[in-house]
Amino acid sequence: MTDMNLLQSRIEGDSSGEDFSASVMSIEIGPAHPAMHGIVRFTTHLDGELIVGMDTEIGYLHRGFEKESENSKWIQVIPYTDRLNYVSPLLNNIGYSMAVEKLYGIEAPRRAEFTRVIMGEISRITDHLTCLGAAAMEIGAFTFFLWFIKAREYLWELVEEMTGARLTTNWTRFGGNSTDLPDGFLTELADRLAKLKDVMEECDKLLTRNKIFIDRVKDIGSFSKEDALSYGFTGPLLRACGIPYDVRRADSYSVYDELDFEIPVGSTGDCFDRFLVRMEEIRQSINIIEQAADKIPEGPFMTDERMLHYPDKKDVYGNIEGLIDHFKLVMEGHQPPAGEIYMPIEGGNGEIGFYLVSDGSGDPVRVRLRPPCFNFVAAMPAMTIGHYVADIVPIFGSVNMIGGELDR
Amino acid sequence: MGEEISTKEAEIPQDTGELTSLLRQEFPDEITDYHSHRGDETVVIKRDSFEPVCRFLREDSRCSFEIMMDLTAVDRLEMNEEPRFEMVYHFKSLTHARRLRLKVRLTEDDCKIASIHHLWKAVDWYERECFDMFGIHFEGHPDLRRILMYDEFEGHPLRKDYPIDKQQPLSQLKEVDERHVYGRHT
Amino acid sequence: MEVLLDIIMIPTVLATIKIAVIILLFVMPLGTVLTLMERKWSAMIQDRVGPNRANIGKFTGHGALHLAADGLKSIFKEDTIPKGADSFLYLIAPFFGLIAGVATFAIIPVAGPIGDFTFQVTDVEPGLLFIFAITSLSVYGAVLAGMSSNSKFALLGGTRASAQMISYEVFMGLALMGIFMVYGTTRVSGIVDGQNEYWFGHLIPMWGVLTQPLGFVLFFTALIAETKRAPFDAPEGESEIVAGYFLEYSGMRWSAFMLAEYVALVGVASLITTLFFGGYHVPWLHLWDSAPQWLVTVLQIIKFSVFTLFFCWFQIQLRWTVPKFRFDQTMALGWKKLLPLSLVNIIVTAFVIIAFS
Repeated sequence: MTDMNLLQSRIEGDSSGEDFSASVMSIEIGPAHPAMHGIVRFTTHLDGELIVGMDTEIGYLHRGFEKESENSKWIQVIPYTDRLNYVSPLLNNIGYSMAVEKLYGIEAPRRAEFTRVIMGEISRITDHLTCLGAAAMEIGAFTFFLWFIKAREYLWELVEEMTGARLTTNWTRFGGNSTDLPDGFLTELADRLAKLKDVMEECDKLLTRNKIFIDRVKDIGSFSKEDALSYGFTGPLLRACGIPYDVRRADSYSVYDELDFEIPVGSTGDCFDRFLVRMEEIRQSINIIEQAADKIPEGPFMTDERMLHYPDKKDVYGNIEGLIDHFKLVMEGHQPPAGEIYMPIEGGNGEIGFYLVSDGSGDPVRVRLRPPCFNFVAAMPAMTIGHYVADIVPIFGSVNMIGGELDR
Repeated sequence: MGEEISTKEAEIPQDTGELTSLLRQEFPDEITDYHSHRGDETVVIKRDSFEPVCRFLREDSRCSFEIMMDLTAVDRLEMNEEPRFEMVYHFKSLTHARRLRLKVRLTEDDCKIASIHHLWKAVDWYERECFDMFGIHFEGHPDLRRILMYDEFEGHPLRKDYPIDKQQPLSQLKEVDERHVYGRHT
Repeated sequence: MEVLLDIIMIPTVLATIKIAVIILLFVMPLGTVLTLMERKWSAMIQDRVGPNRANIGKFTGHGALHLAADGLKSIFKEDTIPKGADSFLYLIAPFFGLIAGVATFAIIPVAGPIGDFTFQVTDVEPGLLFIFAITSLSVYGAVLAGMSSNSKFALLGGTRASAQMISYEVFMGLALMGIFMVYGTTRVSGIVDGQNEYWFGHLIPMWGVLTQPLGFVLFFTALIAETKRAPFDAPEGESEIVAGYFLEYSGMRWSAFMLAEYVALVGVASLITTLFFGGYHVPWLHLWDSAPQWLVTVLQIIKFSVFTLFFCWFQIQLRWTVPKFRFDQTMALGWKKLLPLSLVNIIVTAFVIIAFS
């Protein structure tokens, strides 16, 4: 690896097929490959089975989220955010709505905040379940994956009950939520959480102390604290490196300061630490949901401030303010005061940050999403070089790349 | 935007945040504007001193911004502001539990800025994305290629004068060796 | 009629008939049924329903029709040859594994002899050495498929397969040394009869698993690795190298690989039964002196089949329970753990035999 020119010539010799002593083989992993969740391409350079070089290409799922958003009204962006991180769409909804609320300088009613915490944590659990399940499946633990998917189904049915959709939730609004808790939701929630705990326990027994599994993930993809920070890691990957940075605590948005939970941290940042951190976070999230369900206050789930929520139909047809508000909201859209804000929330993968710029009109000037897995994928070469080609699988699985969020 | 919310020194001296005062003390001539709208500390600096300021933010123990959270640009064409582009950098310090937004304004015909990829590794891809989307040139970046768009793409999609429904040429199938320069990460 | 019987009793004709019967009535149906069994059983483990959609009218046979549907689909699918592939080797490669898998059954007795007639195709003197020779042929299937496909994934898979299979042959042979020493023969019928002896009067049968417990574990492990079943399926590496050496195959040739895998699975199970669980011998049956010959034979076939099915099930259960090894870990397990252990097993066995003789 010291002599770049030698390597370069070897590769060229390899591709022309003349030099059979070539020891470096380039192999395209992705864009369509079973281990690439979503689509991303790794051009890996192998010496035998050892990875000596890797080039990453992303952008296959780019749909112009930011451009579309800047050509929409503020409220029209919410459905687009569903499609960012498509395993935890509610967290994106919540993040964007909180960002716009920050731009307005208002806060949602407490009941709405507690509901958001419950739904947000449910989404976080589904995110972790998907990530862990998929990562385990790819190293052969197929049963574990399907058990987790079964558990995820319990939660997605709750999401469906709340929002009417499993993925395209479109649930939050500026200053509250579109729906309140449905009848009997909290009982159902307790039921499902109990079932989820059973599944977690079962899966824990199946995999966490399995020697083969530990051999596959231990000391794979280790990352130092310094590198992790420099690469801008956040979320479970940063915590696996041993840094207890969690936006829920560090910036304490919403009502997280009233809830009691722990931030699990790892030590070496290898795939096993990431696995354990995510497993523990699921348990912490269950804990948070239970507390929030206990503490949830009565009250409105939507702010009654004018020009933020669409007036009730009886006001639209019944009085002139309602009619005008409705007309202006529909024709001109929400008009947050001019300014710029950056609103971070803890997503499933790490810090989801919305940077919004408003000029006071109904059209956003800039809607920027800071995708957490962008940094992880950027660090993929640093994590994989020196490992075997089979290690791409657990490493990339634990990175939990979400194409929608990465490529926007 | 800038005029209404940016707090001019004479008018509102308080509540601009410790970092702003520190930066103003360290780089008195470089800071052109600052505000802390909704609690987000924001400092606008001149382009020439951008790299030293970043180095200071990264290395000085009073700042120690370990994480480069986000890097993007804003095209202010439709806001009728001059200069047209505004580079926006978000930093996070875990030591001091603080965030900072640093901004640099760039004119349209000279949209170049020093690359800070040597300070934070995350910057590499962020700068590529910003180049891809806005056409900002980062001087000193080792590999300034498109990242989300493909190589044949013409124009920079997040510029406000780029029409949202513009058609683009399709990319051609190419051989592997042409696409990739080997050895960048080794 | 007598002429016909005479022709049948000519050894080569008889062997041919036995081959046809074993393959057509035992191996192939079992191999096919196992695909269904594996899908159904894995579905049960994973809280799924499993295949149940293929139907003729309202008849679905609980997924049994999927076998027919899969077969039909494979036959009618296009047989593709990738650009740049070595087409001759590419076309013949799938059948090495299948032939090697089926040939294993040539020396496995499914019931005791009745007079001159044996329920075994041939009882050759080298016995198990024949199995080693044949299984080492199956490596060519994987290697040729990997080399000739003109795909880097297939090449990696073929390389892995050849390294793994050739290495594990060593441990497979060494693990069986103990059996040879205990029963004093390599002839399969000799080993099977040797297991019909008893310790302490008529109390405990001298099964291979009791005389050679370590040898059993080692041999079973090596055999699973040799047939590339989970958790040793790094050569197929479905997540990183997609499907390994048979990535480029389609249609019936792809099915040949899959069938070879299931035939090998049955082969492993029947070998284990034969060598370590008394083969066809039903324990304690000799105490019943007046048992009619036909009943004994039927019981023997049943016993053999039950044990074989049990070990098939065991391998399926194993596959859906544990994750798989990385390639280098498979090799490390072989050379660093299995090899020393099997050598220790040989030495200990030798000492025990000398001490008791």
